Amino acid sequence: MTSAVSLHDVRKDFGSLTALSDVTLEIEDNEFFTLLGPSGCGKTTLLRMIAGFEGATAGTIRLFGDEIEHLPPNKRPVNTVFQNYAIFPHMNVAENIGFSLRMLGWTKLEIQTRVDEMVEMVKLGALVDRKPSQISGGQQQRVALARAMAPRPKVLLLDEPLSALDLKLRQEMRTELKRLQRDTGITFIFVTHDQEEALSMSDRIAVMSDGKVQQIGTPFEIYEHPNNRFIADFIGETNMLPSIIDTVEGFNLVCQLEGGQTLDALANCDNIPGATGVLSLRPERLSITKTEPTGKILKGELGDRVYLGTDTQFIVKLSAELNLKVRMQNSFFQGANYKTGDTVFVTIADGAARFLVD
Amino acid sequence: MDRTFDIKHYRGFFSITCLCLVILYGPLIIVMIYSFNDSVSITNWGGISLRWYVEIFTGLESAKFKAAAWNSFSIAIMAAIVSTVIATAAAIGMIRGGNFKGKFASFALISLPIMVPEIVTAVATLIFFSTIGFKLGTLSILVAHTVFCIPFAYLPISARLQGIDASYEEAAQDLFANRWKTFRYVLMPIMWPGIVAGFLLAFIISLDDFIITNFIKGAGIETLPTAIFGSVKQGIKPNIMALSTLLLLFSIALVTLSYFIGKRGEANQNTQQ
Ligand SMILES: Nc1ncnc2c1ncn2[C@@H]1O[C@H](COP(=O)(O)OP(=O)(O)OP(=O)(O)O)[C@@H](O)[C@H]1O
Ligand SMILES: [Mg+2]
Repeated sequence: MTSAVSLHDVRKDFGSLTALSDVTLEIEDNEFFTLLGPSGCGKTTLLRMIAGFEGATAGTIRLFGDEIEHLPPNKRPVNTVFQNYAIFPHMNVAENIGFSLRMLGWTKLEIQTRVDEMVEMVKLGALVDRKPSQISGGQQQRVALARAMAPRPKVLLLDEPLSALDLKLRQEMRTELKRLQRDTGITFIFVTHDQEEALSMSDRIAVMSDGKVQQIGTPFEIYEHPNNRFIADFIGETNMLPSIIDTVEGFNLVCQLEGGQTLDALANCDNIPGATGVLSLRPERLSITKTEPTGKILKGELGDRVYLGTDTQFIVKLSAELNLKVRMQNSFFQGANYKTGDTVFVTIADGAARFLVD
Repeated sequence: MDRTFDIKHYRGFFSITCLCLVILYGPLIIVMIYSFNDSVSITNWGGISLRWYVEIFTGLESAKFKAAAWNSFSIAIMAAIVSTVIATAAAIGMIRGGNFKGKFASFALISLPIMVPEIVTAVATLIFFSTIGFKLGTLSILVAHTVFCIPFAYLPISARLQGIDASYEEAAQDLFANRWKTFRYVLMPIMWPGIVAGFLLAFIISLDDFIITNFIKGAGIETLPTAIFGSVKQGIKPNIMALSTLLLLFSIALVTLSYFIGKRGEANQNTQQ
C-alpha cells in the first residue's frame, strides 16, 4: 500500500536560511499524524509545502504515490485548516463551508446537501446565516474545520488549530477532532507545539527541531523511548542527570552519577565504557520510601516539595549539586510523614532510566 | 487624553485655528450664500432667490455649461474606471507580487506624478501629444486624465490591500479557486471599499482638473472647470457662484460617500479577528 503522503529528503531554503533539511516521512492513509516541535522549527513551512504554497528546494513530495511538485494548491486534493482560520469575512457560515464546492462546480442542491451535512457534523446548527464576525473563536474554528472537510479531501492539514482557544474548549476539541478523524477516515496532518495535545491525539508523532525530524514514533515510543536529549527534555518533564558509563552489556549499561552513586540504564545506541551523557528519569516513574527497598535505588536527602493537587512533587538531593524531581500520587501516599531533611530512598521503575548521548 | 500633551494648553492654538478656518472656508461660504442672491451684483445683497440656479440651466450660457458638464462627467467616469482598473492591478502586483527586481523603482514611478508640478505635466503632455500627432480633443483629455488619476486611485486601493491578510487568498486557492476566482470571489469583495474609494478619488481629481485640461483640450471643447474659467474672464456673474456651489455640493457628497464606504469596510475587517 502506498503512503498518503511521503516526503523524501526534502529541503527548504529561504535565501541563506535553511528552514527544513533531510526531512523524510511516510504518512499512512487514515493516520492521525502530528508534527510537534518548538516555535520556528519549520512545522508551518512543511505543511505549506504539502499544500503547495511553497516549493521544495530539493527532495520529492508524493501524494498517494504521485509527485505533486508541479501542481498549484488548487489542484491538490489536500485542504488546510489555517492557524488564523482565514474565514472569508464577506461570506456567511454556509457560504464559507460551501466555497470549495462552488469552485468545483457543484450544483446549488448538491452544495446545500453537503453544507447541511458538514454543519451537522461540527454542530454549528443555528449559525449558518451568521457572518464570521458574529460568532465566537471556537465557532470560527469549527467553520474552518467544516470548510476544509467539505470537499472530502484525502489529506487534511491542520496548523495549530486549537492554539487560539481557551483551555476548556481546547480539551473538548481534542476529543472532537479525534472523533472526526476516526469517523471520516481522512488522513490528518496536525501541527502543534503542545506536547500534551500531540500525545493525546496522535497515532504517530514526528518531533522536529531546527528544521530536522528528530524522531518518529507512537506517543508511547516518543515518551518512553526518546532518541535524544532534546526529545526527552521537550516531551514531558524529566530529570537529566549527567553521568559516565561504567560497564556496557549490549544496550544495558551501568552508569555512574556525580557523587558516585551508580544506576542501571538502557541505551538506544551502541556505547563504550567511559562515554559521557545524561540519564533521563521521568519524575512519575520514581518513588520514594524511608526504608531501604531492594532493586534499583538511589539514596538522597529530602528537599522542598510542591503540592500539585493530584500529585506532590518532591526534590531529592542526591549530592551537593544533583537534584532529582520525584512525583508521588497523593491517593495513597502519606506525604505528611516525610520531612525536609529526611534520608530517603528512590526506587526507579524498570526501564525508566535511559542513557542519552549528548 | 494624556495631560502632558493637551493641545488646548498651547497659547495661540485657538486663534491660529480660527484664522486657518476663516481663510479656507470663508470664501466658500460666501460663494454659497451669494449664489442665492437675487441681484446682478456679486457684492450687494438683494434678497434670496434661486434665479441663478435657473439661469445655469436655462440662461444664455446654459448650452455651454451643459456641454461642459457632459464632457466633464463622461470623461471623469471613464478616466476613473480605467485608472481604477489599472491601479488595482498595480496594487496587487506591488503588494502580492513578492520581491521582484525594480519593486522600489515601480513604487516611485507610480507615486511620482503626485509630486510633479502639474504645470510641468501639462506642458510635457501637450508637447508629447503634438509630437506624436495625437489630435487634441475629448480623447486626448481622457487619456491624460486616466494617466494622472492612476496614482490617486492607487493610494487608497494599495492601503486597503496592505491591510488584508494574505491567508484569505491562500485559503481560497486551497479550496480549489484558481487565480481569477480567488480575485473575483475573495480578494475583490474584501478590498472593495478601497477600490470604491480609489474610484471616487480618481473621479473627483478628473472632474476638478483645470491646468492639464486647459493645455490639451484643443479648440472648442470645454470641461466644467475650463468653462467656468472662461466665463469668469469676462467678469464674474452670480451664475458662476451657483455653478460652483453645485460642484462643491457634489464633491462633498462623493467624499462623504467614500468615507462611509471606507468605514464600513474597516468595521468589517476589524471584527474579523
Ligand atoms: N517566507 C519566509 N521567508 C523567510 N523565512 C521564512 C519564511 N517562512 C518561514 N521562514 C523561516 O523558516 C523557519 C521556520 O518557520 P515556520 O513558520 O515553518 O516555523 P513553525 O515551526 O511553524 O513555527 P511556529 O510554531 O512559531 O508557527 C523560521 O526560522 C522562519 O523565520
Ligand atoms: Mg507555524
